Amino acid sequence: MDIKAYISSGILELYVYGSLSEKENEEVYKILQEYPEAVEEVERIEKTLQQLSSVMASPNVNSLYHKIESQLEESTDKNTVIPINRSSKNWAAYIGWAASVALLIGLFIQFNKNQKLQQQVVTNQIEQNLLEGKINVAEEDLSKVKSLLNVLRNKDIIQIPLKAQQVDPSAYAAVYWDKEKQVTYIDVAGLPTPPPGKVYQVWSLKLDPLTPTSLGVLNNFSEDDQKIFSLKNTNASEAFGITLEPEGGSESPTLEQLYTLGIIDS
Amino acid sequence: MQPTALIIALQNKDQNAFKSIYDMYSENVYGIINTILKDDTLSEEVLQDVFIKIWNKAPLYSEKKGRFFTWILNIARNAAIDKTRSKSYKNTTQNLTVDSFVDILEDKTNFVSKIDSIGIKKYIQSLEPICKKVIDLLFFKGFTQKETAEELDIPLGTVKTRNRICIDKLKKTLEV
Repeated sequence: MDIKAYISSGILELYVYGSLSEKENEEVYKILQEYPEAVEEVERIEKTLQQLSSVMASPNVNSLYHKIESQLEESTDKNTVIPINRSSKNWAAYIGWAASVALLIGLFIQFNKNQKLQQQVVTNQIEQNLLEGKINVAEEDLSKVKSLLNVLRNKDIIQIPLKAQQVDPSAYAAVYWDKEKQVTYIDVAGLPTPPPGKVYQVWSLKLDPLTPTSLGVLNNFSEDDQKIFSLKNTNASEAFGITLEPEGGSESPTLEQLYTLGIIDS
Repeated sequence: MQPTALIIALQNKDQNAFKSIYDMYSENVYGIINTILKDDTLSEEVLQDVFIKIWNKAPLYSEKKGRFFTWILNIARNAAIDKTRSKSYKNTTQNLTVDSFVDILEDKTNFVSKIDSIGIKKYIQSLEPICKKVIDLLFFKGFTQKETAEELDIPLGTVKTRNRICIDKLKKTLEV
């Protein structure tokens, strides 16, 4: 180690100032143990700084000692009181520990409560969503029913009951025809649910000569609660019939599978 | 010189040793405090606090931590800085033209120190401005190298060597 270079780096000045980090301080201390010339340099720096700062002193400094001396006795007196202070400090520590334990328990309880409440909130939200869904469905149903009711109350609408045929004597249906708007409402609540792969097809009929025109098939029969379907009808219908047909419907009605038929009174 | 025997006696609550320590360092402690507080009454108050602390905390001092002088310096700076946060300090009308220890020295006419104070004063006044500032911050105010570099807007790497040059000049004048 080049001790001269070390000294001229200026680190010893900072060491005496007290502006080095704890680690740097330890390093300098080690160097001082090894190199007497470094110690000499430190002494010189210290002496310079002492002289420098003592120039700044106040003339009162020497007379102040007596004031300090009297306070020293006071503070020595305080020292004898230390045992009492200690025991009170211990109490403070006990209370501190007790308080922190109580705080921990409190925090734990609050944490649990909070978790339960959060779960409750989630359950409530799910329930709310379900209820909202139900309300939507109910509102939709209601508006459908209302519009159907309006149809039934409309005096311009022709009501045609469709009577049962040989295939199923218990079957029944009705057609409500709004000629002006060219719409027919088919009420098929009295028809049995069609077997898989089959659908009901609604026909508009002209009687002389007998010419059937398809109005459409009733898809999603089982899914519709109202069992009322609306189909466009631009024909000058004289009768309506409903037949059971393979899925997708047929071009002409399968008369063996004619479930209901109704003729319009003219 | 590190007054090793005195320190040990002080640590054993020897009041005579304390008196000797007071005589050795009270002027330095006052110089440090007054550079920070710039108020004689408050500085005298803090000086008393500092020596009470030295008396009470002496057993905590160990040579491994650094010089005894440095240990005292730290107590003095910390006590003075604490005081700057107090009400009584905020109530004092501070001389705003006083910036560094050199300005305080400038106003000084009566010296107590046994050494050639007038000579030192003259020499300090002739120091380069950068030396005055570096010594003021590092020694009197207890700034770190980094803080000093930032305050004076000079590169961090040059703080240490610049300070070394300044102190060297002082050493030569004081014939240390």
